[in-house]
Amino acid sequence: MSVSPTQPVIGGAQVPTDDGRSGPTRRDRARPWKRAPYLIAVALAGVVFTYPFVWLVSASLKPRTEVFDNALVPKTWQWSNFADVWDYAPMLSWIGNSAIVGIAAAVSVTISSALVAFGFAYFRFPGRNLLFGLVLATMMLPQAVTMIPVYLIWNEIGLTGTQVPLWAQNIFGSAFYIFLLRQFFLGLPRELFEAARIDGSGFGGLFWRIALPLCRPALAIVFVFEIQASWNDLLKPLIYLQDTALFTVPRGLKSIIDTFGNGGEQHWEIIMAASLIATIPMIIIFAIAQKHIIEGIATQGRKG
Amino acid sequence: MSTTSAPVRRATPGRSRRNWRETRAAYAFIGLWIVGSLVFTLGPMIASLVLSFTDYDAIAEPRNVGFDNYREMIADPKVAKALGNTLVYAVLYVPTAMVVALALALLLNRLGRGSGFFRTVFYLPVMTPTVAVGALFLLLLNGNQGLLNRTLGLVGITGPNWTTDTDWVKPGLAVTMLWGVGGMVVIYLAALRQVPKDLYEAADLDGAGAWTKFRRVTIPMISGSLFFTLIVQTIAALQMFDQAYTMFFGAQENSTYSNEAALFYVIYLFQQAFQFLHMGYASALAWLLFLIIIVITAVQVRVSRRFVYYEGERG
Repeated sequence: MSVSPTQPVIGGAQVPTDDGRSGPTRRDRARPWKRAPYLIAVALAGVVFTYPFVWLVSASLKPRTEVFDNALVPKTWQWSNFADVWDYAPMLSWIGNSAIVGIAAAVSVTISSALVAFGFAYFRFPGRNLLFGLVLATMMLPQAVTMIPVYLIWNEIGLTGTQVPLWAQNIFGSAFYIFLLRQFFLGLPRELFEAARIDGSGFGGLFWRIALPLCRPALAIVFVFEIQASWNDLLKPLIYLQDTALFTVPRGLKSIIDTFGNGGEQHWEIIMAASLIATIPMIIIFAIAQKHIIEGIATQGRKG
Repeated sequence: MSTTSAPVRRATPGRSRRNWRETRAAYAFIGLWIVGSLVFTLGPMIASLVLSFTDYDAIAEPRNVGFDNYREMIADPKVAKALGNTLVYAVLYVPTAMVVALALALLLNRLGRGSGFFRTVFYLPVMTPTVAVGALFLLLLNGNQGLLNRTLGLVGITGPNWTTDTDWVKPGLAVTMLWGVGGMVVIYLAALRQVPKDLYEAADLDGAGAWTKFRRVTIPMISGSLFFTLIVQTIAALQMFDQAYTMFFGAQENSTYSNEAALFYVIYLFQQAFQFLHMGYASALAWLLFLIIIVITAVQVRVSRRFVYYEGERG
């Protein structure tokens, strides 16, 4: 596979090598003590970035009166905070809701965006540049502009109050993912497709049997990004969901904060326990898909 | 931007028929997006522009009110407040985030071995759900007992009331968002690793110092990424919602008294549209936001054009 620096590296690691790119020079490596100041600075920054996590875990295990004592290790280990979250709120069903909505959102957006991206990457057709320009333009469009009429559409169909509006728009693809996947498809050597055409493959076959399998890492990136976006989405559940039983995790967590936080009962340990529960699935996903996530983010900044 | 390197086709009799088949297939592939953007983007854009000239509560028929919504917007002190808050926050957050992310990326780039591990450490906060981040930082930023002020206290600084003092709410939110700067670190680090080493060697031969190399080699070579993050982060900052809403706006309308200082534009728009059902007015608000984003982005593009260097443009 020919990969030029302007194209995203598919499946390749971002490891610094001695390939003429920047990074530590050979001289540095010969004198390890020269690394020490950088190591210390980075480690300090690492502590600053990690500490809020540690604080969160610790606070979620403290009794109410000790939440703010800022002790790293709880004096009293109050595991019952987690049981309390389950008792006070249907956290488990919110996680289930978020999982269903997230998977629906991610599956639909991955398939549809891949189809559209392939259309833009493989074919030359009248209107292509104009239409692709429109795809790019919609990335800049603030959600606020379409938010109200889109609500009115779902209201007209009678689907407000259900979870459908949280993901169903994804069936039509999403500009950012179309852009990202098109970059990956453009990186595939054209000869592969020409050869398959000669062997009698139709356009659908090119997409299904060549483009998709070769771009699996890119599809994984889109899938994971969308799962995360869906897991974070607060605005749409605020607009569309009234029934507590249908809440997704961010909407549910917000209601826990409203009940137990400021103006409520000031049970911050419950809020911290619930926040930790909401975070853990994302940490697990990161642990599984870390390579794809980092690669996907790194790719964004590169002008394709 | 690279384009498809389709081989040039010879003009054969079958050519136009084949092109027609390709065009048809292409539109079959992108048809989903065309339908979707007509129904969920273009249609709603037109609808919201039309609604912005009406009085509409989603129940009774919309009533044409001409430019009343726009006139009201100018007179509405909360619009001015929300716009001011949003711009102040964006100006605070975006440059700070870029500088912090670049500093961390430069450190990681020099570190070499072990940089992968710390890149993960910096990125992990990005995985934390935004609502959880809001809840967590509401406590960390607590004026009396929060971790941040206690830490500042260790070095003799009396920290402000980040969550209640109206002057400090926006810096507090910027601090909150800085925890999630890891995405930009990853982008910058990837860009830094693409800078050819021979440029630095050439600069060494010319006797350039560290600062000159940073200023004359590093910055121009990663300017594409800097520009990209500037645009994207600014647009995102202007639409700040999740964390601010989590921290300062309760569904019960009884949250902290500082919420005026955290009234961001999209929060106000959301309240107008879905709490007060002023959908015509909210549509006008949305179009003002859209115009502001277009103008700010256009200015950034124009100004950056002079500074951004793309590899393809050499020669």
